[in-house]
Amino acid sequence: MNGAAGTVLLRMAGASVAYGDVEVLRDLQLEVRHGEFVAVVGPSGCGKSTLLNLASGWLKPQKGTVERPERLRMVFQQDGLFPWRTVGENVRLGLRHVGDPKERDRRAAALLALVGLSAFEAHYPHQLSGGMRQRVELVRALAGDTDLLLMDEPFSSLDYLTRLRMRAELARLLKEQPRTVVLVTHDIEEATQLADRVLLLSDRPGQIRDEVRLEVPRPRSATDPEVVRAMHAILTKLGLESDLETIPAPGRKEIA
Amino acid sequence: MPKTTRFHRRALIALAGPALLLALWAGVASFGIFPPSLFPHPWAVARGLVLELRSGRLVDDTIASLFRVACGFVLSVFLGVPAGLLIGRSRWAREAFLPLVNFFRSLSPLAWIPFAILWLGIGDPPAIFLIFMAAFFPVVLSTSAAVANIPSVYFRVARDLGIEGTELLREVTLPAIAPQVITTLRVTSGLSWLVVVAAEMIAGRDGLGFAVWDARNGLRIDLLGAAMVVIGVIGVVLDRVLVQLTRIPSVRWGYER
Repeated sequence: MNGAAGTVLLRMAGASVAYGDVEVLRDLQLEVRHGEFVAVVGPSGCGKSTLLNLASGWLKPQKGTVERPERLRMVFQQDGLFPWRTVGENVRLGLRHVGDPKERDRRAAALLALVGLSAFEAHYPHQLSGGMRQRVELVRALAGDTDLLLMDEPFSSLDYLTRLRMRAELARLLKEQPRTVVLVTHDIEEATQLADRVLLLSDRPGQIRDEVRLEVPRPRSATDPEVVRAMHAILTKLGLESDLETIPAPGRKEIA
Repeated sequence: MPKTTRFHRRALIALAGPALLLALWAGVASFGIFPPSLFPHPWAVARGLVLELRSGRLVDDTIASLFRVACGFVLSVFLGVPAGLLIGRSRWAREAFLPLVNFFRSLSPLAWIPFAILWLGIGDPPAIFLIFMAAFFPVVLSTSAAVANIPSVYFRVARDLGIEGTELLREVTLPAIAPQVITTLRVTSGLSWLVVVAAEMIAGRDGLGFAVWDARNGLRIDLLGAAMVVIGVIGVVLDRVLVQLTRIPSVRWGYER
């Protein structure tokens, strides 16, 4: 991985995007530093995906600038795997930068073992469950030699329990192969459990209206007091929870 | 149920339809509702079939027809798929050529028969031309639709992975359209088989279509029936052969979603 901790890997300065008359993002300011995990949450249609498309270079801002690394990997909501390739071949495609085929096979096998899918190497994606497919997509993205990882609601098509498992998996994988991550999600719990910083996007035109930082190091559990505190802070900022409805403070007996 | 008994049962059920038809046919022919000169008995057709197969004529006719279909079909696929790729990928090409493709697709290939004879005489060339006119445009149309409908996520992933140029065609575009193209191959091969019979009836001196016409001219309705049986059976076999393409592991995804 290039770049020392603290160098800015992704910078958006005054980036604005409009589709015709519809202003999607206005004057966006964003800095993501090397090694950071930044989550972006917001209501649907607020331009979260547009933000990622700017970061990936798929879209150019009409105003402002986007500084981004030349090469990066993106994890999509679903169906990002090539269905005409087996699981093993898909992962090996993620290892294209590795010249030696033997080394590529070895690393692909190791990556599949990491997510417990070694037995499915010769299967095709459509023969796997949604959660298994997303696991393969995760390791295919992590297989790259790129630092920046963009994730567009990667777990939103999965059921709740699978989502919890995938979060734990992602946190564990990132511990073993650290990356800089920008995660876009509408799931506040997911954002607070995984990220160092959670950015709140406003309604269209999207602007970053707030930021919540988490100080407890990753990986952390979904019920970590810090996560619960951050969730409460975010829900309050969104006007969905008032400060009067206090959450049980640590030590106080919970009423069942 | 054990696998073999289940297989036998399915084979029996599959034979029930043809057996029923045969019985009905034999019944109608035996009761003499129609004069035997207009309605052949299945037995007469079976005899005619054996006779024609023994003489080798039916075999030669079959080979002639299959050769024409193979030429016309292969030509339409090898020209039609690239044309479809171009039209599917380029908006300019689509706007310029799609109306034309639709025009020719709606034009019955049989309407080309007079021109085919005027330009190419009789024999292989007019038949191949007619098959080409029948198969080329559907191949172009369906390939271009398949290309235009490839989810953009595949191209985005390819970009992340550094796949570009001819590799993009080989790694993404072609495998992504393969299931739909295979389905089109099945449809157009059937179409080609229909057209070759019509072409040979008018512009042929051999082939199964000519056999049909020849039997009619000689008032040999037993041989007419025999030629029709062969035409139908080969049509089914052709489709069964092309269905095998859908068993290729890397295209299964297109049929199982």
